[in-house]
Parts: sequence; structure tokens; C-alpha cells
Amino acid sequence: MPADSPETITLHATGAVARRQAISRGSRYILLAASLLGVAMLFVLGYITVVDGIGRISIDFLTNYPSRFADQAGLRSSALGTIWVLGTTIVLAIPVAVGTAIWIEEFAPKNALLTFVKLNLANLAGVPSIIYGILGLAVFVRFADLGPSILAGALTLTLMIIPMTVIASQEAIKQVPPSIRQAALAVGATQWQTVWYHVLPSALPGIITGVILSVSRAAGETAALIMIGAFAFIAYDHSLNPGQALQDDFTTIPIQIYNWTIRPQEAFRANAAAAIILLMVAVFALNLTAALIRERFRRTF
Amino acid sequence: MRPISTIDKANSTLTDTSATELINQGSRGAIIEPEEPSVFGLTGLDFWYGTKQALRGISMQIPVNRVTALIGPSGCGKSTMLRCLNRMNDLIPGVRIEGSVRYHGHEIYAKDIDPVEVRRRIGMVFQKPNPFPKSIFENVAFGARVNGFKGDMQERVETSLRQAALWGEVNDDLKKSGLALSGGQQQRLCIARALAVQPDVILMDEPCSALDPIATLKIEDLIRDLAKDLTIIIVTHNMQQAARVSDYTAFMLAGEQGVGELIEYGPTRELFTNPRDQRTEGYITGRFG
Repeated sequence: MPADSPETITLHATGAVARRQAISRGSRYILLAASLLGVAMLFVLGYITVVDGIGRISIDFLTNYPSRFADQAGLRSSALGTIWVLGTTIVLAIPVAVGTAIWIEEFAPKNALLTFVKLNLANLAGVPSIIYGILGLAVFVRFADLGPSILAGALTLTLMIIPMTVIASQEAIKQVPPSIRQAALAVGATQWQTVWYHVLPSALPGIITGVILSVSRAAGETAALIMIGAFAFIAYDHSLNPGQALQDDFTTIPIQIYNWTIRPQEAFRANAAAAIILLMVAVFALNLTAALIRERFRRTF
Repeated sequence: MRPISTIDKANSTLTDTSATELINQGSRGAIIEPEEPSVFGLTGLDFWYGTKQALRGISMQIPVNRVTALIGPSGCGKSTMLRCLNRMNDLIPGVRIEGSVRYHGHEIYAKDIDPVEVRRRIGMVFQKPNPFPKSIFENVAFGARVNGFKGDMQERVETSLRQAALWGEVNDDLKKSGLALSGGQQQRLCIARALAVQPDVILMDEPCSALDPIATLKIEDLIRDLAKDLTIIIVTHNMQQAARVSDYTAFMLAGEQGVGELIEYGPTRELFTNPRDQRTEGYITGRFG
């Protein structure tokens, strides 16, 4: 660097510094544009959907069965189907996923089996959902002879969301500092007591967040459920008795949306748009709940 | 008291020997076994983290109801040795132990010994206070509860908090979170938590290094009080603390290969005023470490 005397120093950006600063400022604007592009797309899609569908939303729309007449068709059976399938999925998937995460992080000896399991989970989390649909069709619908029932659908979705839930739960468990575990073990607690009384309670907010995100993913799942045969015309309510209801044929909101969009009649587009609005509101609410739980329980250790 | 090996008194004053030469002297130090009943007996303890050896040939008797301090420069293996005494090193994958550690005559690393039983009787307090993110009451009660205590929990919690000299400061609100206390109070809470299980030994791994001087003094007073009924083994990098608080002191050093060895062990007053090994003298006079 050439020696500057006090009179010749300039602190204004010149030469190389000016070039570097220009690049830095430019990059800031480019990144801003990229972010706005994504948000803008979302807004455009949302606007089109709302304009098409907002007029169709009414109590009738929610309580009507599907029909070949667009103005008489409603979400009743698909909404109930969604609730039944999601509910069963949650009951089946959560214990398995959280249990797996606890085993991986707390109990498993660091051997080849553990590496194998972790590798498989990472791979399974990336498998396209239609593959799970084909698996569900072969194993649950045909081989186990469950038919295209709610139980088969729930089992398929369970398999699909277990990998991502395990990974999210693992992250939550890893956040619990080792000092807590050491303190518990040092007073003579067993490993299970340490996990149950200290690790799990501390990891619970993160686990719940992961569960909610997995569930909202399952709520929007279409391809896998179509594969197992959920593209059905359901014009009755499922009974409140699980033994009965789990055997029923079913349909879900995303599938109903797909069903309406492929009809030739223009009026069904409005139905589809209205259903999309409701589904987006539900998913948005779930994600908001997850974010709130994260914030509310953010602990400082 | 019979030293195992003596070093010529005339050579024990330091000349121009450099610090590294001092450390690398191969001569065995002076280890004086206390003539009181002992709670721990270590014989030839060797310890590896994977392939790296951390301790070699540690042999000593630790006396009952006394305060024993482990001193030495960073990395000499004092904390490793401390954690060997309540099998906390079991939690680290890939560690290997050879030699013998006897607690009241029972070998704690025998195949059929349960580490939970060991840790129930030998409590531990860590360097950074680590109360559970729960109430003060729950913090203290946890240990008693998981060990199956069925009696009056209120009384057990109060007794433990009194023993830890914390009762007066927290008894107005035991439901307050343990994390809301000051650093010194948190550490006393951790001591109360350890006491609630009624161990007969407490291991302390640099308990005051994260605390301010006033909190440190309170805990040192507490240690002297507790030693009337319990054995305390304290690791400290603060020599003055060891001199203030302990009855016996063990000096450890890691040689060139980084393997920790016991250099000298004896009554505190003697070790600090009249060390038998040149390396001990070098450390306590600040020539190295």
C-alpha cells in the first residue's frame, strides 16, 4: 500500500474499494429481488384462488356431500375423511417416530447398526411420496387385504412421515445440553429416568413443532393416497366407532380438489378454489401454531 | 509416615533446571498413604480415551471424612481421575480402564457392578453449575425420588438445602426456577441436589471456577462443614484453595506423552511447605503450570 501523508488521505470509496462496495450493494438488491419473487408468486396464486373461490365458501359448502351438480357439491365427506386419516396417522406415527429418535440419540450403541438406521432414515425422508403410495397399495391394500380403507391410508401416510419426524425429533433431543444428562446420572438416575424426566420434557417443544410440520405435510398429501385408491365418491359420514370407520373407503380434501379440477364444467373450478382456500387456511394455522410453540417455549439453558 | 521413595534433600532446591527438564524427570515422586481409614483405594489405575492414554499407574488411598484435593496443571488428568471414581467416564464411548478402584473394599469396575448403585453413593458436583430447568424443590427432590425415597420429601429437601447453606435464601419460594438463582446459589443448589441422595462421598470438579470470590468463599466454608460427615474429593486448579480447604493433597502431572501420573500425595500442610518432589515444588512455586 502506498504511504499516504495526512493531507492526501481520502476516506471516500475509491478505486478497488468502490468496486467491491458496488458489488456488495448490488448483491443485496439481487437477493432481495429473489426473495420478493418467491413471495410475489405466492401472492399472485393466492389472489387468483381467492377471487375464484371466495364466493363459494358457505356453510352449505362445508356440509354438503359431493355431487355431480357443482352448486350442490361440498366438502363434508372429504373433510371427515381427512380428519380420520390424519388422526389415525398421528396416533400411529408419533410413538414410533419419537421412540426411534430417543433410541438413536440416547440408547443406541455407536455401532454399524446405528449408522445403517440413520442412513436409511435420511434416504427415506427424500423418497417421493408416490413411491409410498405404491408401497401402500402393494402391502396394505392388497397383501394385508385392507382394501382402500382409512386404515390403509393412515398406514401409508405413517410410513411417509416417520423419517422426517424422526429427524426433527432427533434435532430437538440434540438441543438438550449434555450437562443436564450428566447431572441426572450423577445422582443415580438410570438412563430411562434421565430421558423421561429431563431430556424429553426439554425436547418436547421441538418435537411438537416437528410433529405439527409432518402432519401438515401429510394433510396435503395427494399422490400417495390416490395410489391406494382414495379417489372415491363418498356420500355418507364415517361412524364414530374406529372399528367401523377404519375399514371405510374414504377421500380427502386434496383429492377432492383434484377431483373437481379435472371436471370439464367451469363451475367446479370455483369449488376447487374454495376448497384450496380452506386447506391453505388450515395448513397456515398449523404452521403458525408450530411457530408459536417454538417461540413460547424457547428456553435459555 | 513412611514415604515410598525419598529424594535427597540437598538436591531439592531449584537451580537452573529448566521447567521442561523438571517435568520430564523420570524419578518417582513421593506418595504418602494416610494412616487413617480410607474410603477409596486406587491401585495401578490406567485410563485410555480410545488409543490415547490419559492416566498411568495411579495408586493412592483416599481417607474417610476428609477433604482431599487434586491439583496439577491443565490437562494432567485430574478431572479424568475424579470421574473414574463414580464411573461417570462410562458415558464416554471408547474409554478403557485397567487397574483397580475399590470403594470401601468393593471393586467398582467389576463386571457385575451396577453403575447406578455406584453413583447413588458417590455424588458429583460439576464445574459449571447445572441445575435442572425446574423448581428448586424439584431439583433437590429428583435424586431422592428416582432412588425410591418414600418418606417425607419436604423434610428431605429442607435438610439438604440446610446442609448446603442455601435454605435461608430460598425457603420463601421453593417453586422458583433453579435457573433464576445467582451462580453461587445455583452451585449450592447442585450441592443440595447431590446431598439429597445421602451419599457418603461427594466429588467436586472445580466447583468454584465459574464463581465470583465471595461465592467461592461461601462454598469453601461449606466444604469444610460437610467434611465432618462426608468424604470430599475436590479437583482444583487454584492452589491457594487447595491449601485453604483440604486435609490431603495429591499433585498430578502429565509427562511428555501427555499421560497423567500421580507425582506426590500427602497431608496438605506438608506438601505445600515441604514438598518431597522437585516437580511439586516447581508447580507450587509457579515455575510452571
